[in-house]
Amino acid sequence: MLDAVLLTPWSEIAGSPGFFLEVLIGGLLTGVMYALLALGFVLIFKASGVFNFAQGAMVLFAALTFVGLMEKGLAMPLALLATAAVMVGLAVVIERAVLRPLVGQPPIALFMATIGITFFLDGFGLTLWGSEVKRLDIGIPTEPLILGGVFVNGFDVVAAAVCGLLVLVLALFFRYTAIGRALRAVADDPTAAMSVGIPLTTIWVIVWSVAGLVGLVAGIVWGAKLGVQFTLSLIALKALPVLILGGLTSIPGAILGGLIIGAGENVFEVFWIDLHGGASQDWFAYVLATLVLLVRPQGLFGEKIIERV
Amino acid sequence: MDGDAGLAPPAVDAPSGCTRPLGETLLAVAAVTLRFGGVRALSNVGFDVKRGEIRAIIGPNGAGKSSMLNVVNGFYRPQAGRITFKGRTFARMRPHLAARAGIARTFQNIALFKGMSTLDNVMTGRMLKMRSTWLEQMVYAGRARREEIAHRRVCEEIIDFLELQAVRHTPVGKLAYGLQKRVELARALAMEPELLLLDEPMAGMSAEEKADMCRFVVDVNAEFRTTVLLIEHDMGVVMDLCDRVVVLDHGELLADGPPAAVKADPDVVAAYLGVRAD
Repeated sequence: MLDAVLLTPWSEIAGSPGFFLEVLIGGLLTGVMYALLALGFVLIFKASGVFNFAQGAMVLFAALTFVGLMEKGLAMPLALLATAAVMVGLAVVIERAVLRPLVGQPPIALFMATIGITFFLDGFGLTLWGSEVKRLDIGIPTEPLILGGVFVNGFDVVAAAVCGLLVLVLALFFRYTAIGRALRAVADDPTAAMSVGIPLTTIWVIVWSVAGLVGLVAGIVWGAKLGVQFTLSLIALKALPVLILGGLTSIPGAILGGLIIGAGENVFEVFWIDLHGGASQDWFAYVLATLVLLVRPQGLFGEKIIERV
Repeated sequence: MDGDAGLAPPAVDAPSGCTRPLGETLLAVAAVTLRFGGVRALSNVGFDVKRGEIRAIIGPNGAGKSSMLNVVNGFYRPQAGRITFKGRTFARMRPHLAARAGIARTFQNIALFKGMSTLDNVMTGRMLKMRSTWLEQMVYAGRARREEIAHRRVCEEIIDFLELQAVRHTPVGKLAYGLQKRVELARALAMEPELLLLDEPMAGMSAEEKADMCRFVVDVNAEFRTTVLLIEHDMGVVMDLCDRVVVLDHGELLADGPPAAVKADPDVVAAYLGVRAD
């Protein structure tokens, strides 16, 4: 038993560094895709202090709409634009119908409201587009690439590149633009933000739109990988341990959290197989998150909250 | 009323009484009524603010002073009444519209961006004046760069003016209370407002801090010609600082006029001392 935990895996890693590298890179590429899922949560939490339970449903809804429009015969770029417009429209509707009436309510009320949005979106999307599993082919090659003698999945490389680019653009957007500043201001103190002329409702629409667009990209990437189906809504659950690891308020944290979990679960699955007997990806991330919670409740990169009692 | 109503006048050339000639009407509040459920916070209140003056709203606790400011800059929506600012009547004032029209404010319970530095807080006051697009800002090119530098210069001037140089890069959450109030004023000034609303700018301050704040308010008014509407409890400060005073009590307008006249008004005395003078 101790052998299987402490000895054998390390000797295997040392014995075949090339194979280890493949496993590690495969994990990191998946990790970037986890980071993208987590990012949607971070955006909304940063700007409004609301944990948006509906992010997974938004991923599913975006992917369903995108595939549905393509099946209706729309060309891919057109379908992409149309779905993006739908996600922005959704943000406007959510702000009007859900957020605005709940202004000034405690965060838990808003959280409950996002659970409501989840059920609505799941049901509405499946009713509109059907519940059978849809194949999404966006023309990314799936054959393996050989980079420097290491086999990697070509699809994962392209997907990770797209996600990485999106994350970079968002990080720049929120750090350096007036809208990004306004957003951080609203998150910090809504009253003060309004007094310097930041329109709260507009900011909310922008944030939910961006979260919707991030959801769209995540939906396309994950949908192309797993097929577009109801489980896409659940894949967003994988973002929770990522968020716990990275902290709810940190964009770099979400990225690093994703990478750590992606790489960690892949390496653990392959090299510690004697210990757990397989399928450890289903639980590894959650156990890791629990351990992090015990030591650093604010996550690795989150803001430490000190309350005076 | 706290105990230092007899505070010595600050060492500045404060305008005394209403000897200054007043400009045209900048803000007119007409017949404003505000209710929260069954509670009447303001009933049928009306007054005006002239360009260039320092105007005070005073009154006992719960008189509706803060509510009045919140109505003026759109945080509260009154059930009846009109706000006219610069000749334009707003059916419904909203905070961002007020800011755009040239109204800046500070808060009774400081509302600052606690995680940001003093400079960044002041820079948020320039937000409405940014003209470059977000694409330009993202790559920090062309117009965005020039703009950032220009706005930064204005903010540095305001920081110098309010003597905040030493805490320029300190996160404001770490600053002492009196300094936080000053940062709030700096942020409001960065908006280059035509009307400055100050909600108890000197509450909870030491005598020295109060004197500093008085000096700043007078200087702002004199140097930038900024009109000021402030709420204050300290009668000494009000008498020294203000051109005209509005007195509210239980949401109703009790008196309106120059400080000396208001101070002598029997209704005002009664409201403050809790006795009827009839």
